Amino acid sequence: MDDFLVRALLAGLGVAALTGPLGAFVVWRRMAFFGDTLAHAALLGVALGLAFEVNLTVGVVGVCIATALMLIGVRRRSGLASDTILGILSHGTLALGLVAMSFLEKVRFDLLGYLFGDILAVTLTDLTWIYAGGAVILVAIFLIWRPLLSATVHEDLARAEGVPVDRVNIVFVVCIALVVATAMKVVGILLVAALLIIPAAAVRAFCRTPEQMAVAAVVAGWLAVCGGLGMSVLADTPAGPSIIVVALCLFIVGAGVPVFRSAR
Amino acid sequence: MKNSPSSPSVIIDGRGIEVRAGTKVLVTGIDISISDREVVTVIGPNGSGKTTLLRALLGLTTPTSGTVYRRPATTIGYMPQRLAVDRNLPMTVRRFLGLAGKFERGHRAEVLEETGIRHIIDSSIHDISGGEWQRALLARALLRDPDLLVLDEPVQAVDVTGQAELYKLISHIRDTRGCGVLMVSHDLHLVMAETDKVVCINTHLCCAGTPDVVSRDPKYVELFGRGVAERFALYHHHHDHEHAVDGHVIDEHEHDHEDAAHG
Repeated sequence: MDDFLVRALLAGLGVAALTGPLGAFVVWRRMAFFGDTLAHAALLGVALGLAFEVNLTVGVVGVCIATALMLIGVRRRSGLASDTILGILSHGTLALGLVAMSFLEKVRFDLLGYLFGDILAVTLTDLTWIYAGGAVILVAIFLIWRPLLSATVHEDLARAEGVPVDRVNIVFVVCIALVVATAMKVVGILLVAALLIIPAAAVRAFCRTPEQMAVAAVVAGWLAVCGGLGMSVLADTPAGPSIIVVALCLFIVGAGVPVFRSAR
Repeated sequence: MKNSPSSPSVIIDGRGIEVRAGTKVLVTGIDISISDREVVTVIGPNGSGKTTLLRALLGLTTPTSGTVYRRPATTIGYMPQRLAVDRNLPMTVRRFLGLAGKFERGHRAEVLEETGIRHIIDSSIHDISGGEWQRALLARALLRDPDLLVLDEPVQAVDVTGQAELYKLISHIRDTRGCGVLMVSHDLHLVMAETDKVVCINTHLCCAGTPDVVSRDPKYVELFGRGVAERFALYHHHHDHEHAVDGHVIDEHEHDHEDAAHG
């Protein structure tokens, strides 16, 4: 196998190991749109990173975290419905990012690469980011697992039982921002949210506990990455979208099986 | 927070509690206190601020004015109203109880026995009946060995025989464990026998006292008493539930259950 394919596979598997458990929480907490918003904000991070010549991952992580914290703050204070706020921030940051990029005449960059991902161009540095960042995220999620799950089931009940709900939520949202920044390289800004939601949704019907679902979502993500890369190599399709297409097929099968089962 | 009230047996003591959302007054001028071994019931019509009052007493919302004293090192077992878990979150009863923390096996077995849910411990929380779900919630509250049980409409979406059983269980728990109980209900008749003190609110404090004193208070009669009207409204309410018009969780569960049985 070529080196670039090995790197692509490692990057994909590493990212799917993160999007599994976090994606499960995104599904349980009905935060699909939230993931999408952070992904769109990432483009602004890229633009700022290029403009100020800082590491792009740092730029993306910074903007994503800022957007996430802003969302938490705004939701608490303003009277607007949260999907309205998400819509404003999601498309507002995407537009800002695109406009900001148009000013960068002197810098060479690949806009499509950011929008749709460029997993076949993953470098060793990218891999280091994915695995080092990924380890931090997984440890953080492991540490806050029970309180986070408790707050997901019922926030007031968790609070009454002494769970520091606000702090746990902030850790969770920062983790999501970090995952978006790492997953962006693999499937691109437009499809990051899909990698969070689809594998988790695909395995729902086969799980009896939250932990099973988180692990099964990782496995589904791995299948999607392997299948998508294989498809890309054999049929010369774009890698990022191919991964999501395979994930979508898994979801259709996963959602179809229980229907078939009960129809028998 | 105000410091110590007159007696050390007082668990929670709220004085002149007022909570506003924007300019809307949710509750105002409420005095309420709960002591060890005491069952206090808050009653009031829908939208009278009962849940808001509970949340203020628990510290889940900050009163706009007034003071809430909570005895230091008090463990609270809370059973919230209408706890509906997203169906996308797979969860067994065992795992749900585990969310309250780590507990010794023997202790958990006792609580399961007490609440009568041992047989559903490995069932999915999405497949059990309304009464079983309320018992599971009660079990989670009891696992923490609470000094005070706070129950928000504990018999909601439970059938009539189940309601009586659940109230009997709650009063049994008070007798055996000696904890205080703070309960919210929309109907005094149901809780009368098991309650020491009733606090009737309708945004403001209407009247308070023992159940028979409150039930004869003109303010209570004015709020609830038009006897027939109230009882009619109540039956009407139950009727709604059976037909699942409000799309309540419990009805959904039972519905799904039927679907599964057909398959």
